[in-house]
Amino acid sequence: MPRYYTEEHEWIDVDGDIATVGITDFAQGQLGDIVFVEVPDTGAELSQGGDAAVVESVKAASDVYAPVDGTVTEGNGALEEDPALVNSDPEGEGWFFRMALSDKSQLDGLMNAAAYKAFCDDL
Amino acid sequence: MTEIEQTGEEAVETETLPLDAWHRAKGGRMVEFAGYWMPIQYEGIMAEHLWTRENAGLFDVSHMGQLHLSGEGLDDALEAVLPGDVKSLAVGRMRYSLLLAEDGGILDDLMLSRWPDGIYMVVNGAVKWEDIGHLREELPDAITINHFEDRALLALQGPKAFDALKRHTTGKWPLDALVFMTGGPFQIGGIDAWISRSGYTGEDGFEISVDADKVQEVADLLCGELEVKPIGLGARDSLRLEAGLPLYGHDLDPTIDPIEGDLGFAIQKRRREEGGFPGAARILGHYANGSPRKRVGLTIDGKLPVREGAKLFDGEREIGVVTSGGFAPSVGAPIAMGYVPRDHAAPGTAIAAEVRGKRVPCTVTAMPFVPHRYVRKQGG
Repeated sequence: MPRYYTEEHEWIDVDGDIATVGITDFAQGQLGDIVFVEVPDTGAELSQGGDAAVVESVKAASDVYAPVDGTVTEGNGALEEDPALVNSDPEGEGWFFRMALSDKSQLDGLMNAAAYKAFCDDL
Repeated sequence: MTEIEQTGEEAVETETLPLDAWHRAKGGRMVEFAGYWMPIQYEGIMAEHLWTRENAGLFDVSHMGQLHLSGEGLDDALEAVLPGDVKSLAVGRMRYSLLLAEDGGILDDLMLSRWPDGIYMVVNGAVKWEDIGHLREELPDAITINHFEDRALLALQGPKAFDALKRHTTGKWPLDALVFMTGGPFQIGGIDAWISRSGYTGEDGFEISVDADKVQEVADLLCGELEVKPIGLGARDSLRLEAGLPLYGHDLDPTIDPIEGDLGFAIQKRRREEGGFPGAARILGHYANGSPRKRVGLTIDGKLPVREGAKLFDGEREIGVVTSGGFAPSVGAPIAMGYVPRDHAAPGTAIAAEVRGKRVPCTVTAMPFVPHRYVRKQGG
């Protein structure tokens, strides 16, 4: 299952036409302690680069953007009870939402793991 | 992913603190604040906050302005620019006070300490240059204002601060001689320091003024104690919010007078009776009859943090605004402070805050959110 990354520090796992989206370990480290996550409602239409979710750390609220176009199929309900999952397992249990992809060709514009690592090293 | 709310303010040229390299070596994540590079956190705001409530945290607050005022007629001169009772302030005692504009609006909040040779004043870093300008303008020529730019300021806060500091402190008196809101000259590891028992966390603790070129030695001595860790600005903010203490530039500004800011305690009885401070008519009117709006604490239903700028509603009617807010680690929930009309200021009043278009129920609450643990009696 290929995993892509954005310059906004989201990761996206693609399984057929469905993708799972979260924020990277680098991002959670920058944010610090996560105290609240607002995930999009099922059925919400997302467009690439548009607001998708909000993550709140102790110090600030940050927007999470949609990495590609699509329709939300599921938000991670576990984050409501335990937002700190984003800190402890950002690229696993701490996923934000799943979406049905509208245009898989958009994935070609995203980074792979090696490219994302190089991107972070340059920050 | 982009931060929605910017916390820092743009500065002309960001300066470094005397402990800049020390913070970076300790893993401090540096941000611009009040014109300086300052550590927002080391290991994490939550852990640092809780550590301070349980143990002791060392804060570098050297960005704050340390002033010394002296000269003939100093007490009268100061009482003309602030509403505190300066005349009754004995040597070694401290008082919280407010620099007031002509109309009674708050230009800054500050600490006054009586030294044998004058008044030592600590003002907020973000407005210290404006404060100095205001004081030069308003005080008579006979008053000398000395800006201690060559001194650093540390705060050691938490229930174990006393134990950690006492091991390194010598002087004419034992450290036990200090109670809340008193200060005196001591040596820490042989280094001259003015130490006061005061702070901005609601915990017992101390503020330590030392020469900038000796501050690293003092910071190393204190952080060498098992009880002490360096703590960043992030936890300083969440600790003071839980303690119900206002932050200038956020909870207080020149449009707010001391009564609106719920700081009536800073106007002692003699000053209330005699007046004679800027904005006395407005302020004493508000003291007697209540102010149209008041700073209050808010507890928040649910987990969504309500932050600075959120509008407050009673039904469909917009009634006020949140001036500080966030997740409170020791409370385990979001809290906030803000301004509401007088008829909504009673604890228990149910209102709502608007966050991203959603209404979040909240309740006006007496502050502090976490009880103060100041040591007011000797031997404590």
